[in-house]
Amino acid sequence: MSETLAVGAPESPQRPPRPTGRPSNRLRLARLRDLALVPPIIALLIYGYTLKPDVFLTKSYLVDTVLKYQTELALVVLAEALVLIVGKFDLSLESVVGIAPAVAVFLVVGQTSMLGAPWPTWTVLPVALAFGALIGVFNGLLVVRFKLSAFIVTLAMLIALRGLQLAIVGGATISNLANRIPTIDNLGSLRILTIPLSIWIVVLAFAVGVVVLGYTRFGRSIYAVGGNPDAARAAGIRVERVIWVTFIVAGALAALAGLMLSARLGSVAANQGNGMIFTVFAAAVIGGISLDGGKGSLVGALTGVVLLGLIQNVLTLAQVKPDQIQAVNGLVILVALVLARLTSGKAQD
Amino acid sequence: MVDDESRPVVEAIGIAKRFGPTVALADGSLTVLPGETHALVGRNGAGKSTLVGVLTGLLKPDAGQVRFAGRPAPPLGDRVAWRRQVACVYQKPSVVGELSVAENLFLDRQPRGRFGLLSRSRLRRAATDLLESWSVPVDPATPAKELTVEQRQLVEIAGALSHGARFVILDEPTAQLEARAIARLFDRLTGLQQQGVTFLFISHHLPEIYEICQRVTVFRDARHIVTAPVAELDHARLVEAMIGDAHGLVQVGQDRPPVPDEAEPVLTLDAVGVPDVTEPIDLTIRRGEIVGVAGSAASGKRQFAEAVVGLRPRTGQVRVAGVTVKPASVPAALRAGIGYLPADRNADGFVPGLSVAENATMTVADRLGPAGVVLPKRRDARGRQAIADLDVHTAGPHQPVGELSGGNAQKVVMARALARDPRILVLVHPTVGVDVRSKESLLGVVDAETRAGRGALLVSDELDDLRVCDRVVVMVAGRVVAEHGRGWDEATLVAEIEGIGEKHV
Repeated sequence: MSETLAVGAPESPQRPPRPTGRPSNRLRLARLRDLALVPPIIALLIYGYTLKPDVFLTKSYLVDTVLKYQTELALVVLAEALVLIVGKFDLSLESVVGIAPAVAVFLVVGQTSMLGAPWPTWTVLPVALAFGALIGVFNGLLVVRFKLSAFIVTLAMLIALRGLQLAIVGGATISNLANRIPTIDNLGSLRILTIPLSIWIVVLAFAVGVVVLGYTRFGRSIYAVGGNPDAARAAGIRVERVIWVTFIVAGALAALAGLMLSARLGSVAANQGNGMIFTVFAAAVIGGISLDGGKGSLVGALTGVVLLGLIQNVLTLAQVKPDQIQAVNGLVILVALVLARLTSGKAQD
Repeated sequence: MVDDESRPVVEAIGIAKRFGPTVALADGSLTVLPGETHALVGRNGAGKSTLVGVLTGLLKPDAGQVRFAGRPAPPLGDRVAWRRQVACVYQKPSVVGELSVAENLFLDRQPRGRFGLLSRSRLRRAATDLLESWSVPVDPATPAKELTVEQRQLVEIAGALSHGARFVILDEPTAQLEARAIARLFDRLTGLQQQGVTFLFISHHLPEIYEICQRVTVFRDARHIVTAPVAELDHARLVEAMIGDAHGLVQVGQDRPPVPDEAEPVLTLDAVGVPDVTEPIDLTIRRGEIVGVAGSAASGKRQFAEAVVGLRPRTGQVRVAGVTVKPASVPAALRAGIGYLPADRNADGFVPGLSVAENATMTVADRLGPAGVVLPKRRDARGRQAIADLDVHTAGPHQPVGELSGGNAQKVVMARALARDPRILVLVHPTVGVDVRSKESLLGVVDAETRAGRGALLVSDELDDLRVCDRVVVMVAGRVVAEHGRGWDEATLVAEIEGIGEKHV
């Protein structure tokens, strides 16, 4: 129990508590924490500019060479951030990125007559989302109902789904999708106000996420459950339901990310999404999401994604050899973690 | 080295410590003489924990000095030297639950055998010797997590003594113990004292201080107030020193009007039982009535309350103002009009990282805006209202509850229980671990809210809490064994709680 006593709050019942002063500071500080990654982002922009002054800071370069390649990652980070804040883990999201579009595309263009295939091409989007959500339902079932560890459940799910995807795609790649499926074509190449649709989707998803987490009962329940599930339960919050719904939403978001990735590449590869989860966790944690639950913001997570994207791009510009880039990338992530820890001033959980 | 005998074991002189803008300790002084048991008392926030942190070398004071037996304290980094001087047994266990008692006692200094490898048999022998030499009746092979609170404290004391320290700080050692265990602990402490061990004893429970301590030091508002032999500082003067004015003991609810017989029942329990814990219990609480439930930790009174609020499965029927409540559902109980304050605020009372306003409105999140939306303005307004109504001392509705002192955090939990305007309050240990003034203010809230027409079921071990009640029922081993109106006799009630009284019902 803390026995410290705030100066602004003398423990004497005669004096009323002071309503102002520190809270605004505290709020400002909380916002600052969200923006802790802005200085390194600016530094990277400047560094990139010195490397390629003619194009780096142009809109077309930043949009088409940097941000466009981070859209799928951003959505999966959003999904993982929700699961982490509610106090759980979901490793299987990266396999959903592969399996959801694989299943949806397979039912439309695959060499099969299962389930009345081929299905009409418009079903790609709803089928992918539904499949992602279904994985979430199953993860939630095992974690909430059977009270298994989320870490190990979703790890097993990851392995199982990877295998399933190999079976469906058959080790090859389903390609040339843009010509065959209009939804995929639009996702991959449609632009609104010269900005790719995928970037709009990410912006919209994060905007909705910020509003839901900050200003709805469900969003605040996610923080309460992640911060102290027993207290949340005693306050009448349906803890199990909140966790379950979070898993389902995360699954659907990862499926959408998968579809966007397939659209950008025009294909579904057998290993789509493979290894992505490590970057996802790195971005979330750098962005200030606590692995212990109950802490972190989506804005912070988004800056984490942008930072990682810039790092990758600048490394390429700096002509780091392709066979070394992964090692350098890992080191840079470690440095970023240390910096994030120092700027936030608190131990990382 | 002039005679070490008369030199103070520990001396703290003018200790000051700030945490950012927070003054935790302004002028902390303490002198503990060899062989005495010295009490350190003060309300929550008086600076006791900070002083303990400085005395154990875990916190670096901004100003002031600590001396052990006349010599300056070792440098902060030298943990081994500190452990030779002083040890602290905290309320929270500081043992590794998965390891055995023996391994815990010799963590990081395990006896070695052949080839420099650890020797299990030597470890076991060393632990047995150590426990025997301080007469601690615990098998060293027991996993630490299986120890009772009492055993765990004795093991930690023995471990502290084995490092060479003869000065042990006990931080509220009796808070989680039952009366008989407390008596045994005190016997043990007296025995150790005779063997030359000096204790600094921190407690919220003042009678214990007169029972076991020779001198007492009072802290208030981050300062040393007085040090005196307990015989020279009677109960009223001790409390006065703690709270700063002659405020006396808790007087809340002395003038409660009798509950009229025709008052309608707000909570009716028909044969409500908790499987494997309690027998079916019948109980009716009327409008404006506070019914206390007393009993030992093993009586099942806490589980009984948790079943009423829907946290546990139960048998029987619960009705609030005549309407049957669905079992094992907290949301259903909330909707029916049951407000709940849990037994352990740190475990299930509040979410430490969330703000005062957010915690206080957690039970009414559906009323903070349309269609599941939470409007921060409305939430903060309700938060401010709760802060004003319950006199919560906080920097404002946005301060995380984890930063508040125990008493103020408990007021936030009380606000959460009251937020839905419940017909009946179920309160479990509402004043545990809070200072005298917070206690008065929390009980005052219960008093005022029931006068306004609510009913209350108050489960507590504290006689002060039970004094507020209009009726008190006593539970032993899952059964109600006695019931008292106002003006019950302390000795009778305690005897019944301990299962040694006559059975009335």
